[in-house]
Amino acid sequence: MPAVQETIDRVRSIDLDQYKYGFETTIEMEKSAKGISEDVIRFISAKKDEPAWMLDWRLDAYKRWQTMQEPDWARVSYDKVDYKDIYYYAAPKRPAAMSLDEIDPEILKTYEKLGIPLREVEVLEGIAPERRVAVDAVFDSVSVATTFKAELSKAGVIFMPISEAIREYPDLVRKYLGSVVPVTDNFFATLNSAVFSDGSFVYIPPGVRCPMELSTYFRINERDTGQFERTLIIADKGSYVSYLEGCTAPKRDDNQLHAAVVELVALDDAEIKYSTVQNWYPGDNEGKGGIYNFVTKRGDCRGANSKISWTQVETGSAITWKYPSCILRGDNSRGEFYSIAVSNGMQQVDSGTKMIHLGKNTTSRIISKGISAGRSQNTYRGLVSAHRKATGARNFTNCDSLLIGDQCGAHTVPYIESKNSSAQFEHEATTSKISEDQMFYCQQRGLSNEEATALIVNGFVRDVLQQLPMEFAVEAQKLISISLEGSVG
Amino acid sequence: MADITPLRTAAETGLSKLFEATRMKYPTGVSIAREEAFRYFEAVGLPTRRVEAFKYTDLRSAFRDAAHPAEMPAAEVAARAVADAKGFAGIEAVRLTFVNGHMIADLSDLGRIPAGITVTPLTQALTDGHALLEKLAPVRQASENPIYQLNTAFLADGVLIAVEPGAKVETPLHLRFIATGSETFSTATRALVVLGEGAEALVLESHEGPDGVAYQPNDALDVTVADNATFRHARLNAEGREAVALSTLSVKLGAASAVETVNVVVGGVLSRHQVYLNFAGANGRAVVNGAAMLNGRQLADTTFLADHAATGGVSRELFKTVVDDAATGVFQGKIIVQQAAQQTDGKMMSACLILSDEGQMMNKPELEIFADDVACGHGATCGALDEDLLFYLMQRGLPKAQAESLLVQAFLGAAIESVSHDGAREALIGTIEAWLAARG
Amino acid sequence: MIEIKNLVVAIEDKQILNGLNLTVNDGEVAAIMGPNGSGKSTLSYVIAGKEDYEVLDGEILLDGVNILEMSPDERAASGVFLAFQYPLEIPGVGTMTFLKATLNAQRRARGEGELSTPDFIRRVNGAAEKLEINKDMLKRALNVGFSGGEKKRMEILQMALLEPKFCVLDETDSGLDIDALRIVSEGVNALRAQGRSFLVITHYQRLLDYIVPDVVHVMSQGQIVKSGDKDLAKALEASGYAEYRTGEAA
Repeated sequence: MPAVQETIDRVRSIDLDQYKYGFETTIEMEKSAKGISEDVIRFISAKKDEPAWMLDWRLDAYKRWQTMQEPDWARVSYDKVDYKDIYYYAAPKRPAAMSLDEIDPEILKTYEKLGIPLREVEVLEGIAPERRVAVDAVFDSVSVATTFKAELSKAGVIFMPISEAIREYPDLVRKYLGSVVPVTDNFFATLNSAVFSDGSFVYIPPGVRCPMELSTYFRINERDTGQFERTLIIADKGSYVSYLEGCTAPKRDDNQLHAAVVELVALDDAEIKYSTVQNWYPGDNEGKGGIYNFVTKRGDCRGANSKISWTQVETGSAITWKYPSCILRGDNSRGEFYSIAVSNGMQQVDSGTKMIHLGKNTTSRIISKGISAGRSQNTYRGLVSAHRKATGARNFTNCDSLLIGDQCGAHTVPYIESKNSSAQFEHEATTSKISEDQMFYCQQRGLSNEEATALIVNGFVRDVLQQLPMEFAVEAQKLISISLEGSVG
Repeated sequence: MADITPLRTAAETGLSKLFEATRMKYPTGVSIAREEAFRYFEAVGLPTRRVEAFKYTDLRSAFRDAAHPAEMPAAEVAARAVADAKGFAGIEAVRLTFVNGHMIADLSDLGRIPAGITVTPLTQALTDGHALLEKLAPVRQASENPIYQLNTAFLADGVLIAVEPGAKVETPLHLRFIATGSETFSTATRALVVLGEGAEALVLESHEGPDGVAYQPNDALDVTVADNATFRHARLNAEGREAVALSTLSVKLGAASAVETVNVVVGGVLSRHQVYLNFAGANGRAVVNGAAMLNGRQLADTTFLADHAATGGVSRELFKTVVDDAATGVFQGKIIVQQAAQQTDGKMMSACLILSDEGQMMNKPELEIFADDVACGHGATCGALDEDLLFYLMQRGLPKAQAESLLVQAFLGAAIESVSHDGAREALIGTIEAWLAARG
Repeated sequence: MIEIKNLVVAIEDKQILNGLNLTVNDGEVAAIMGPNGSGKSTLSYVIAGKEDYEVLDGEILLDGVNILEMSPDERAASGVFLAFQYPLEIPGVGTMTFLKATLNAQRRARGEGELSTPDFIRRVNGAAEKLEINKDMLKRALNVGFSGGEKKRMEILQMALLEPKFCVLDETDSGLDIDALRIVSEGVNALRAQGRSFLVITHYQRLLDYIVPDVVHVMSQGQIVKSGDKDLAKALEASGYAEYRTGEAA
């Protein structure tokens, strides 16, 4: 490439200032004691006014967690978290808001700055009335607002903070919580089970097509705080829901831990579409600061003909360790995973999916697009397996990597396990750089290097962007361009 | 967990005892670090599925006991075994014969080695401190592997083949390894092939032995290919049905050198063939193929690693596996492209046909890439025979079994086409045909 | 020659053929025309014995013998040849290897001796020349990298070599330009003979200008709804299939 030196200078001159969401909100907070202990867990449980079974569940998880080891198989390296030195609970001091007017205006301002509409009226009378998205806003450890609750409840849809659901719908929560990601699933999931603070709960009743997109917006604000959200979505027979998740955090010099658990359950003929735009603070260009994003996401296609589709756009976090997976248990069920993972600076991504085919005639599709720039390392890790009884299972996997610059790495680690002759698996992967011919062609037509790169990268990820709801797709596209700023000459 | 020493199995304890008991009998020399290799091995033991590189092939459970290293067989036993040997038998070649892991000079063509080649028994090379022994262990990653370490620790015999610079040897060198006997035993052999600049040579390797004996062969082939040299290699694993057969091919490629290797597997209850390539010089080219035909409860593992350290390397891998009955195919492949290895072009493909309800295939094709100007890819497919193709063939009048055979043969044949020596290619096709004929 | 009686066929629980009756006489060329979805291709697959189709009722008699219990290769040996609408590509199987294997398999099944290689090659070359199939095509893997027209010519070549009694041509004209259509049709016409019948399945009348049928059947909703001579095809070309669609789901 002709402009190598220019590229290097350019990269140097940019300290990832493009991270737009790095501001901090000053607000009085209430926190648990630092570190983790039975007392801290009791404190969290008491704060949430939880029933005894929930506390027992947490304490059991904590006991098991103490015997577990932090996993080290992923292709990431980092200074291990000092689990004694973080706060496991932090919430704005004001009591829970009954209406938006009671929410601390600082928090409202924060979400406004992030472009997340919390006032239904603004949405309803706003410029884009068709964008009707119900939002659950989680600020550090608590949910601060959930919009459109009334309208949703008319359709029978339950959409509320999980802390509320534990009190109001204990039977539903007990039946499904931990049924997809067991308490002892892995180190981070077990930790989450012990200390999770808030997150969203969604239940779509049989035959209901959720009347609007549901969305949760996660914000880590407080220093030295871990965020441990827990999301549980149940789509009952023949229902449909599309759920969106967004995440941001302030710029800080030290690393913060985000260890979420998301569980999806789709019963017969139900469909869940789960989209994530993850934009946690990635740290500065030298790798200082940033979020450790150690997340367990799994969907269970429990019923026949059910479908779960994961779409993710990963641009943030210092380290991402995340494998949204599908257990294809129901006959004819379908799992999908569409991913764009962009890494720049010193970011490390180890992400992918697992498609576990258990039922008959189950199908899955994996489209993964990794883009590495700067000095980042970007790994796709995935498993496709068909068990003996999963006759007629089908998988198609395509994972492509694009490298921008010669200081980064792109890796592919797929496991493809077929225990069944009628299963048909197809896997293809490529790694390449942006073709100089394409660049030249774009430049000849008047595009700058950066514009041309953005254009080509957008083409590279198009298959995945198409899977996102419209507004999210536009946002994601911008985000990818911003994330790659300074990566090309 | 790492600091907990796992309980040692009978096989591991047995290996330690055998090592202590037999080490003084083996040829020694500074070039062969037996002690170091065995201590390395002892520290980790036989790998289980928990070791990532052995995720699908559990050597700890495969080795119930450590078999005693085989002794040099009596002359008439060796002669009888060789008379029955079938692997590459019809091909005009210079043969170097090993029976139960020992070179049998009387049954080898040591007297008619072609010009340009020097053949030295490895025992003699070690005793003499042959200068070329520095070429042993040409790829770092192989030295870190427990199978290769065991081979080093127990190495009993082998051969050093040096090809002079510029020598283009047309007659194939056939290394034939024949196992015989009715009691279990182990063998550890190593062949070291050193090709000088611009040299060309073809090495055929055949491995065969009795069914019904759980013998444990461990063979290694170390190859150094100097600049502009060409190394061709075809290997046939027709070991006995109960053999636990481990093998390692390590090749270091010089600038603009070329390597062509194929491994065909029909034998062994468990086999693992490891291929390590180190692209040390620029513009090296390698074609690495494999074809495995498995039935019963066989497991065949192909583990491949290409480490591109220099620019412009080209590697093409095609591995075909056909699985019948309750057999298991395993393919683990990894292409590493180091930062300096710009313009690397690597393509790796693993395809599997499962013919039975209980057959299984495990694929793990990896890419690890640190250079940006590369074109690398891998593919993996797995499935049953295409029903539409079968129907088409049957519509034209082929009975089902014949239609299946034709398709299986075409499927496997693609991995053998690359063999440029006509006789070797036909012999390997014959192996496929025989396997299909036995299937009925 | 062939007699199809009350044939009822379903695929994946959906009934496609609804009591179809059809007779093709010795030496006759019969055309079947009909709208998309009328069951034409299903009929061809059922005659050849494709597995996915479930025959619920009826019989197919070839010279008085019911072939429904036979496997596809047994039917082929009995003289049934299906020229596929989409001939399959078989990577790794050389065209000559394939031709020889099929020809000898059929001869063996009929208790005839295998052909000698020179005899075989002579036959292939003769047939290839007529169909303007060059030597290069014969050297490649079967149908791999062939154009649409080349694949169809290769089907007719096989038909010529295997000398079947009853030939089904499934949409053989699809994807052919006018020159290819002429070559293919001449190939078929050359094979017309006493003791050999043809069932030509097509959506368009165009093919029937080249392969002139003795009788034309119209198929709709899994049945033969009208039969006539070659003028019926011309009439259909003018009026379309509208009148035969009544009752079909839109």
